[in-house]
Amino acid sequence: MTLIGIIFYGFLAIVAIVSAVAMLLNRSAIYSALFLVLNFATIAVLYLALGAPFIAFTQVTVYAGAIMILFLFVIALLGAEKLSGHEPIKGQRTMAIVLGLIFVVELVLFLIFRNQGIQPMLALTQDFASPQKIGIAMFTQYLLPFEVVAFILLSATIGAIVLTRVEKPARLGAARGKK
Amino acid sequence: MFLSETTSMDPLFLVVPLVVFLPLLGILVNWLFGKRLGEKAIGTIASLAVGGSFVVSLILLFALRTDPQGFSVPLMQWFTVGGLDISWSFRVDTLSVVMMLAVNLVGTLIHIYAIGYMHEDAIHQGDPTRYRRFFIFMNLFIIAMMILVSADNFLMLFVGWEGVGLCSYLLIGFWFDKGEGGIANAQAGKKAFITTRIGDFGLLIAIFLIFWAFGSLNFGDIFPRVGEVAANHPGLMLAITLFMLMGVTGKSAQIPLYVWLPDAMAGPTPVSALIHAATMVTAGVYLMTRSQALYLAAPAAQNVVMWVGAITALFAAIIAVAQFDIKKVLAYSTISQLGYMVAAVGLGAETAAMFHLVTHAFFKALLFLSSGSIILSLERAMEEGAQGSGSHATNIDPQDMRNMGGLRKKMPTTFWVYLVGALTLSGIAPLAGFFSKDEIIAAANNTNGIIFVVLVAAAFLTAFYMGRQILMVFFGKARTKAASLAKESAPLITVPLIILALLSIVGGAINFPGWLNLEHWLEHTIKVHESTFQLPVALISLSIALIAILIAWLIYGRKPLAESTSKDPLARSLGGVFTLVNQKFKVDELYHFLFIGPYEKLADFFAHPVDQGFIDGIANGLGNLASETGSWLRKLQNGFVRSYVLSIVAGIVIILIYLLVRV
Amino acid sequence: MPTSFFLALSAIMFVLGILGVLLRRNALVIFMSLELMFNAANLAFVTFANQYQLLTGQIFVFFIMAVAAAEVAVGLALMVAIFRNKGSVDIDQLNSLKG
Repeated sequence: MTLIGIIFYGFLAIVAIVSAVAMLLNRSAIYSALFLVLNFATIAVLYLALGAPFIAFTQVTVYAGAIMILFLFVIALLGAEKLSGHEPIKGQRTMAIVLGLIFVVELVLFLIFRNQGIQPMLALTQDFASPQKIGIAMFTQYLLPFEVVAFILLSATIGAIVLTRVEKPARLGAARGKK
Repeated sequence: MFLSETTSMDPLFLVVPLVVFLPLLGILVNWLFGKRLGEKAIGTIASLAVGGSFVVSLILLFALRTDPQGFSVPLMQWFTVGGLDISWSFRVDTLSVVMMLAVNLVGTLIHIYAIGYMHEDAIHQGDPTRYRRFFIFMNLFIIAMMILVSADNFLMLFVGWEGVGLCSYLLIGFWFDKGEGGIANAQAGKKAFITTRIGDFGLLIAIFLIFWAFGSLNFGDIFPRVGEVAANHPGLMLAITLFMLMGVTGKSAQIPLYVWLPDAMAGPTPVSALIHAATMVTAGVYLMTRSQALYLAAPAAQNVVMWVGAITALFAAIIAVAQFDIKKVLAYSTISQLGYMVAAVGLGAETAAMFHLVTHAFFKALLFLSSGSIILSLERAMEEGAQGSGSHATNIDPQDMRNMGGLRKKMPTTFWVYLVGALTLSGIAPLAGFFSKDEIIAAANNTNGIIFVVLVAAAFLTAFYMGRQILMVFFGKARTKAASLAKESAPLITVPLIILALLSIVGGAINFPGWLNLEHWLEHTIKVHESTFQLPVALISLSIALIAILIAWLIYGRKPLAESTSKDPLARSLGGVFTLVNQKFKVDELYHFLFIGPYEKLADFFAHPVDQGFIDGIANGLGNLASETGSWLRKLQNGFVRSYVLSIVAGIVIILIYLLVRV
Repeated sequence: MPTSFFLALSAIMFVLGILGVLLRRNALVIFMSLELMFNAANLAFVTFANQYQLLTGQIFVFFIMAVAAAEVAVGLALMVAIFRNKGSVDIDQLNSLKG
């Protein structure tokens, strides 16, 4: 790994962390969403570096594309409400930060003390995890989970429609009239 | 001697279940249709049911004449648990049929008597609706008694044993809302039930021990093997028989558990006659006679039985001398006579015990029913007197002998039958009681001199208190207005009395010296020691009885009590001793001091500090703990989702710490 | 570039996601924080897939994305329904289920 590589990856990592922190701190939901898109894009680049081009493109299209667009739609629909910085739960903020710090320290300790078997990144062959290979694996070995996920998406779609549907007063009246 | 199943059974034996089912039928008819039938019909049905049972017993008697060894008639399997195989089977042999005959004969007569008696009693007590219930209870009693005497195993016997105890309780407390303070009758029933229950505990232990030792409860399996088992388990027979004796002292009112019987007189008089004189209380004697084989294997137990019986006979006779309640005198007399029977069993003279049991059933039923006739006519006279004078009735106790007197002229039939009963009880030849009691005294003479003296002394007192009773009730002049207005009872009441009187006169013939019928009859079932008629003993007991009656006449006959309030002549001469005897030697008070008082204190201790303080404290404390914990924990459930997430994260952090420090 | 680098990045992103859930009251931002945590997990998956030269990790990430899409659809629908009801996306106002 060259120095340029280290600088490149380090830069990407810093961008990812900064965008995540920015998403976290920004009072406006719109900006938060945009920072998250940036974060997702950065991660997608890292996926490429990890030899996962298919996942990287899916990340960009599905996550940064579809899902975040959906977020923006909803934010636009509900109005970009700005909530006050007041914290109604006593001790929540302190405890959250303390626990977060402990958490991250623990994970770091894991990386230091429990890293048996972790080697430097391997040089990857060109066709490892090519879309073709993933497609073959997905439609042979993982066919059943794939179908299950399809059903989950279908039911989620129906669920979203049902949840957001507005009861029409006229139909309610008709139902009452029948009784 | 014991049942032999191989020989073919006379089909006549198969009628034996009817002794139970006929009274059951009577109950069902009275229960289902009694409300519409009216008093006469109810009484007739109940009497017919018992009468039918008597006829069945007679059929069995004839069947036994050809097959005297007897049979066990199985009805159905009851249950089988491991090695315990219990069936409902009826044991028809000479012993059980004697009991059936005596119980059903006396029972039938008392039922007929009760038709008339309860009619008036129900009116006096002010609740005619209980008439039907009375006869249902009476038939139920006959059923239980029949189960008891016809049982083929100890468990079935125990069912009958408890059944008669239940009926006794129900009938003692028949007027449960009457008596002193409105609860005295109910208390008497409770006392009887609990006291006999102490004895029943002993009997149960005895039954458990028998099953442990013999692996069976069937009479046919147990009695032939007594010798073998007794050799293997020394002391076991003694334990079994003594625990059994405990049951007997409860049911047959022996020392120390006799105290319930005098109080049991709170029941209607036919009940006193049937249950507390003629039949149920003799169940203990029957049980010991039935278990003779066990007692023969434990001579020490026989000795204890003998002493318990003899002391009871004397003790109760002494108390009877100083009683004023006509039924109480008879109650203590019953205890005393039961003492004779128990002593006879202890002396190894089971035949004499059974003989006395039968004759006693006749004359004691007669005495009780006659006393009922007197009480009834006094009650009637009290009411008539109250109506006639238009004033309030002077409420006298119709059972107190001091309120009677001079009834000989007013109630001639009752007087004569009462006289027969009293003379029979006193043991005057040639009445039935003379032979049976004499046989017991003769057996005592052969065995133990002290017992002989005790029994003769009891016989003396018996004759004395019966003489005293006759003289106080029937002679002299009427001491109250009610007594002067008394009239003879209706034929429905007097006819059973006359029949019982005749039975009391000729009853001695069933084991007449020289004929010895009953002995040979029972020989097929139990071991029998041939009794001999001992002329000197007979003469002694007869003369003792006559002397006693003479003394009674000297004290009570020459100068009868003048007023109902005047003192008993014996009390004048004996003073404090008489009072003590009149108060039954304060045995009830002693028991209260020794057992009931401490028990109540203990119960109170468990009820208040232990139960209300400790147990409730634990229960309430647990409740409070849960409630307090809950009200503290519910603060965690604050409704903020983020707060819950915080808890989850805290959990994850802790788990990660564990994973980190884990080796 | 050591594998630990990616894992550390994944850990930091995950903790940031947690903090977002814990600290923000805007339900939409909380949702986004959840997505961030998903991504952290995905990153770890892909890293290990690379480490062990196995496709399984990547396929799993694909499934996670599909499920996350479904979850977002339902979640945002709920959000809309809640907003209709309460007129706000403040998660702390949804606190009526409490002891």
